[in-house]
Amino acid sequence: MRVIEANGLGKTYGSTVALRGFNLSIDSGRILGLIGPNGAGKSTALNAILGLTSYQGSLKVLGRDPWTDRDRLMQDVCFIADVAVLPRWLRVSQALDFVAGVHPRFNRAKAEDYLARTNIRRKSRVRELSKGMVVQLHLALIMSIDARLLVLDEPTLGLDVLFRKQFYDSLLNDYFDGSRTILVTTHQVEEVQHVLTDLMFIDRGQIVLSSSMEALEQRYHEVMVLSPQLPAARALKPIQEREFFGRSVLLFDGVDRQQLLPLGDVRTPGIADLLVALVGNKIGSQATANPDFRGARA
Amino acid sequence: MNATSDILSDIPAESHAAAPATISFGQRFYWSVRREVWENGSIYIAPAVVAGLILIGLLIAIAHFGLHKDSIDFAGGGANNHMRGVYDFPAMFLMVTSFVVAFFYCLDALYGERRDRSILFWKSLPVSDFASILAKMTIPVLIIPMVTFAITMVTQALILLLGGAVALGSGLPANALGLQDPLLPASVMLLYHLIIVHGLWFAPLYGWLLLVSAFAPRVPLLWAVLPPAGIVVVEKIAFNTTYFATMLKYRFNSGPGGAGTAAKSLHALSWHDAGIFLVSPGMLIGLVVAAAFLAGAMRLRRSHGPL
Repeated sequence: MRVIEANGLGKTYGSTVALRGFNLSIDSGRILGLIGPNGAGKSTALNAILGLTSYQGSLKVLGRDPWTDRDRLMQDVCFIADVAVLPRWLRVSQALDFVAGVHPRFNRAKAEDYLARTNIRRKSRVRELSKGMVVQLHLALIMSIDARLLVLDEPTLGLDVLFRKQFYDSLLNDYFDGSRTILVTTHQVEEVQHVLTDLMFIDRGQIVLSSSMEALEQRYHEVMVLSPQLPAARALKPIQEREFFGRSVLLFDGVDRQQLLPLGDVRTPGIADLLVALVGNKIGSQATANPDFRGARA
Repeated sequence: MNATSDILSDIPAESHAAAPATISFGQRFYWSVRREVWENGSIYIAPAVVAGLILIGLLIAIAHFGLHKDSIDFAGGGANNHMRGVYDFPAMFLMVTSFVVAFFYCLDALYGERRDRSILFWKSLPVSDFASILAKMTIPVLIIPMVTFAITMVTQALILLLGGAVALGSGLPANALGLQDPLLPASVMLLYHLIIVHGLWFAPLYGWLLLVSAFAPRVPLLWAVLPPAGIVVVEKIAFNTTYFATMLKYRFNSGPGGAGTAAKSLHALSWHDAGIFLVSPGMLIGLVVAAAFLAGAMRLRRSHGPL
């Protein structure tokens, strides 16, 4: 079942193009990470998918047009748009009452059960909770909704590493079941690397990379090359070269693993390194006076 | 293949086919109204505090001057009217209080949720903008008038008990505080006045305030007040007319006998007049204008994100 299908999605604010020719298609049971630098258009894409903003192009979420059919769509779609959007005056018990009152797919017992594992008291107001507890509360509410698509926009921003780890653990262990779909954006890319099934890089409103994690692991390789092998490695045209503790780390796109093995340690690159290689080069070429550091070294 | 894939295959897919309980528009509307009351305690706290102050003031007045002095005739009516003011004064004071509460409630209703970004939470739930806006409009039109009515009734009953007790204690007839007044019809009239004048007649004002609240990038109070004031000034300078100002004055100073003279009209108003007022052109036009403002507020809420 196709959960999200976007074709040529576009959005402009005045003269600023936030999104251009954005194509996306996710089937159910996937966890897609939408990764990109600030202002790349991630939030615009998510807002369009959630029916929070109008758009050009065609977009179907669970077979519905999110802008015109938003009220119905929200029964099957859940989102955490940002950390700390729970109103500060709301009591924990009121949050449970309200969501139970308006959402047909909310399982109150599940939310109570999840909250029982935290230090959150039913009587507390959101303003009395720590930032981490607010996220726990929000997650307890959202995870107890039997939605088909969950959208998370920077869900762990500003949380310490323990809460971030716990957040994704809960999501995977208590929520994700193979028939749901999760779409997540975050800057803490290393932490979601093993959570995702699919990855998409977006930069300046356009898609730079779109791939499943398996295909990614087949396609990109990172090799820690010893200096004698460097010329041979460079001949295979790495897309990026960087220094790591005095050793050269080269990133290859579409070079066969067998070919790389003799050159040094072959690994799967981290999402962050890949992002820097594919997106950061353009930014780097503008920001630093080092347009072609491969050439400069050679 | 990464860790997720294992989890993916381990956990059997939960069936989404199980039909969830359907939730009606009415239920969503009900919870939306409750959520407004949770957030805005001032709806009942402010009038309750004012009622408390009135009672304390009255107690001090009685202790100080005794019951038969004119000094507790707040309304300053003639000899006939001697004690009636003791009832009407709290009613008027509470009406003014709840009007102020309703004014500031509307001004913040849609601005506040954008400012604290909680609109993103409310929008993540299956409650339509229509239900949300309607719930917000229900507060000034229905909830605040009913709360005001209830608190006024309790206050008047306490004054009556207090007066009766003091009168008996000082050897005056128990009806010294005006027990001869037909209290029940007066109460019904008060309720009517609160809902029809404070609720429906002022509906365009609340609609305007909600529209401003949905639109204002900051300081909604200025956005609410300055444009109408600007129209009045421009109209006066450009055309030397005062149609807009007259219209505003009509809206605020009208109603069955005029909202400004509410207490007096409460006793003078007949049911016949009340019925005619309800279907008068002024009332109906006001409701249409209010609906237009609300439609605008709804559109704005749909497309505007947090500030």
